[in-house]
Amino acid sequence: MTALLELDGVSKRFPIGRRRLFASAPPPQVHAVDDVSLTVAPGETLGLVGESGCGKSTLVRLITRLLDVTRGTISFDRREISDVPARLFARDAARVHIQMVFQDAGESINPRFTAADAIADPLRRLLGLRGAALRARVEEAAEQCGLPRELLGRFPHQLSGGQRARVGIARAIGTRPRLLVLDEPTAALDVSVQVTVLKLLQRLKAELGLSYIFVSHDLNVVRLLCDRVVVMYLGRIVEQGPAQAVFDAPKHPYTRSLIAAVPRLDGMRPDVPRLAGEPRSPVDPDPNACRFHGRCPVGEARCGAAMPALRDFGQGRFAACHLAGEG
Amino acid sequence: MSAVLRVEDLSVAFHTRGGTVHALDRVGFTVGAGETMALVGESGSGKSVTAYAIMGLLEAAGRITGGRALLGETDLLATDLSRIRGRRVAMIFQNPRAALNPIRAVGRQIADVLLRHGGATSGNARARAIEALRAVGIPDPARRANAYPFELSGGMCQRVMIAIAVAARPELLIADEPTTGLDVTTQAVVMDLIQAMAVQTGMATILITHDLALAAERAQRIAVMHAGHVVEAADTATLLTRPLHPYTARLIAATPTAAGSLDALQSVPGGLPDLRGSTIPPCRYAARCERRLPACDGPLVTRSAGDHAVACANPLEAVA
Amino acid sequence: MSNTLAHARYVLAENPVTLLAALLFAAFAAMAILGPAIAPFDPLASDTMRALQAPTWRHLFGTDQLGRDILSRVIVAARIDLGIALASVALVFAAGGLAGLAAGFFGGWVDAVVGRVADTIMAFPLFVLAMGIVAALGNTIPNIVLATAIINFPLYARVARAETMTRREAGFVDAARLSGHRDGALVLLQVLPNIMPIMVVQMSLTMGYAILNAAGLSFIGLGVRPPMAEWGIMVAEGAGFIVSGEWWIALFPGATLMLAVFCFNLLGDGLRDIADPRRRT
Repeated sequence: MTALLELDGVSKRFPIGRRRLFASAPPPQVHAVDDVSLTVAPGETLGLVGESGCGKSTLVRLITRLLDVTRGTISFDRREISDVPARLFARDAARVHIQMVFQDAGESINPRFTAADAIADPLRRLLGLRGAALRARVEEAAEQCGLPRELLGRFPHQLSGGQRARVGIARAIGTRPRLLVLDEPTAALDVSVQVTVLKLLQRLKAELGLSYIFVSHDLNVVRLLCDRVVVMYLGRIVEQGPAQAVFDAPKHPYTRSLIAAVPRLDGMRPDVPRLAGEPRSPVDPDPNACRFHGRCPVGEARCGAAMPALRDFGQGRFAACHLAGEG
Repeated sequence: MSAVLRVEDLSVAFHTRGGTVHALDRVGFTVGAGETMALVGESGSGKSVTAYAIMGLLEAAGRITGGRALLGETDLLATDLSRIRGRRVAMIFQNPRAALNPIRAVGRQIADVLLRHGGATSGNARARAIEALRAVGIPDPARRANAYPFELSGGMCQRVMIAIAVAARPELLIADEPTTGLDVTTQAVVMDLIQAMAVQTGMATILITHDLALAAERAQRIAVMHAGHVVEAADTATLLTRPLHPYTARLIAATPTAAGSLDALQSVPGGLPDLRGSTIPPCRYAARCERRLPACDGPLVTRSAGDHAVACANPLEAVA
Repeated sequence: MSNTLAHARYVLAENPVTLLAALLFAAFAAMAILGPAIAPFDPLASDTMRALQAPTWRHLFGTDQLGRDILSRVIVAARIDLGIALASVALVFAAGGLAGLAAGFFGGWVDAVVGRVADTIMAFPLFVLAMGIVAALGNTIPNIVLATAIINFPLYARVARAETMTRREAGFVDAARLSGHRDGALVLLQVLPNIMPIMVVQMSLTMGYAILNAAGLSFIGLGVRPPMAEWGIMVAEGAGFIVSGEWWIALFPGATLMLAVFCFNLLGDGLRDIADPRRRT
């Protein structure tokens, strides 16, 4: 099976401070995303998890081509798309096929647009639809997302959180994309609404043959929805593999702490060490040290001397840790 | 166990352009010393309004229309709270960075509170502030005392808030969504800290959260709120394993858990009723409820067996 | 839309001062539009027989040194004073607004250029700068408009820039990119409508200032020239007569000018309330 989306050694660095004339050293850089390679197969849901600042938002903006990569390549349907500048990507053929559902549906809808305007915008710009054809397509997308027709004339502030989420989803699926990036689509919703939105996403994926990249900090939700999961820490992938396997037996100490920290209805698991302290600075990090070193509950001296590579543990599982055991 | 806080029949109304919103209706619960009680509810349930009413922090449009909140012998609703806030009751908020003074070093802010409420002198205030920062687990506290809120992460700021809140050794701490917006790893550490402080000082804690799982992990008792009513209150294990109110059961079924699949999760149908005017149904969940009976249109009665209280005419199990 | 109207009605009812300002504004607008038609006398017709008459029922505001009816002159002057102010505000709204929009959205060198231009203008005492511009370019109405617009440029550019910057990172901007908008279209179609309300408020607030500026220029002889009726000139002409006891010549145009400035400032405050979505429930 060929991959729908393929990232090969993708890095993104942001220079900080201004470049000085005649400066001898290059300006310091934030290594937001560092050497990330991953694939998304057709019909697959890939979960992307990590704490704030781990680079998942930047990675999402790279994949959706809102940002240009510093290094590496992104291919969609076997065509490289990272060589098209983000500025010009609005006119690229792949724009129709890579769409996104934003975290805060309220904020991602122009406050001066009605729900119908918001859903129509990509259809008008990307597919050139007008008039009756446009209206039919807007209503179809709204219906697929369970959005009653009478709500289409409302402005975002007149809609409930769940309704706004549906508008955001309807807008994203309107152009019939093949890859949908879901950036914490339920983070702002109450649990009762969250369930319906998650089920809607699952149904749409089956009906429309979509692939998902599902970004979330809520690991319980990721586990429910994702086939595979990628765990990021400070810009690098530290672990990836089939979701159930990773959750059941995480190989990287960071994944272990992350999973242990998620509150569960069945009460606390007392045996897991807390992840103390804060991540290191992402500004020009030591290339010869594990990014997790210093915060890692099991780290050794060699973790500060050599960056662990992402090792293959078989059955689709990878982890970047010197101490990760086999099996 | 003696109750530190006993809230009885607390009612709050907001006067708005669209009419009077009856945000809280006869809310009652108790919190014991050293106990963590979680107020759980979705947005619009009134859980934060409850906290703000107790703290005397309701916005101008809000009026307390009835009830008592007894902290020991003192009725907080009938007292000038400026002498009590920060001294006997303290509160931490969802967005700690916004709650701190942005142009004052955090050490100074803690010292201010220690001087006012904590019996510190100008001579030892700074040393005690650094000590307080150390106590909430901030590394290198002497240096961090000079930091401004924007220089600290969200988790650090929340620790500073906790240090400020517990400075005067309050009898009651109200934590309003203290970890919403923080990473799960930070959430775990901050919650550990709040609990450690409670154990150390014997203070009672009200944990206000939308996350039933967080409440399940951290609270000894849970009160579930819906549309301004406490619909059910019980000790955590009982509430989760034998819920009596249909809403509680729905909420549990909607919370993603470690074991379940997406298909096993259930949503809560319907929405909140309009809380304006005088035509509010007696049971504010009735319109969403699949167990509705004619009796549900009668007056809402809270019945209890032991310390398990439920406000439902047709609970999932008969209440003795 | 009906929502906005309902909200406007609410704000007006809640806030009688805004209602007063709105009524005043209607009166000024009527004066400016109808002007000569409602003036009781010809504002330019001098009648030395009737010079320097104190207010009477026939001449409510009295007459000036040439016997012209001051009430008529005050009414007719509204068109020129409000016209200059409106034209300059419209000009700076377009220029400053677009410059601020571009600076806020694109940042980088665009921001640097707009920022420096605004700083340079701000470095002068603004009225002196307006004087200099009119003196250098010539004493014509278009130049007064231009000068008034230029001194207001920094204010508009900064408000537009700040408002744009808070929206540049908003999710809907990214959503628009995903919908196939290029930056140019995005700024004009998506961001501009969002900063419009606050800019309109700004317009009303600076209208008063623009009126004052135009009148001020005329007052010192750099603006509109006599015998044209204009509030600033009228105050200037009447100033000399105050010491000899003919107070009405300067007072009535001056009071009208003050009232106009007052009206637009109050109206701006009211519009701010109407435009503020946080006051909407």
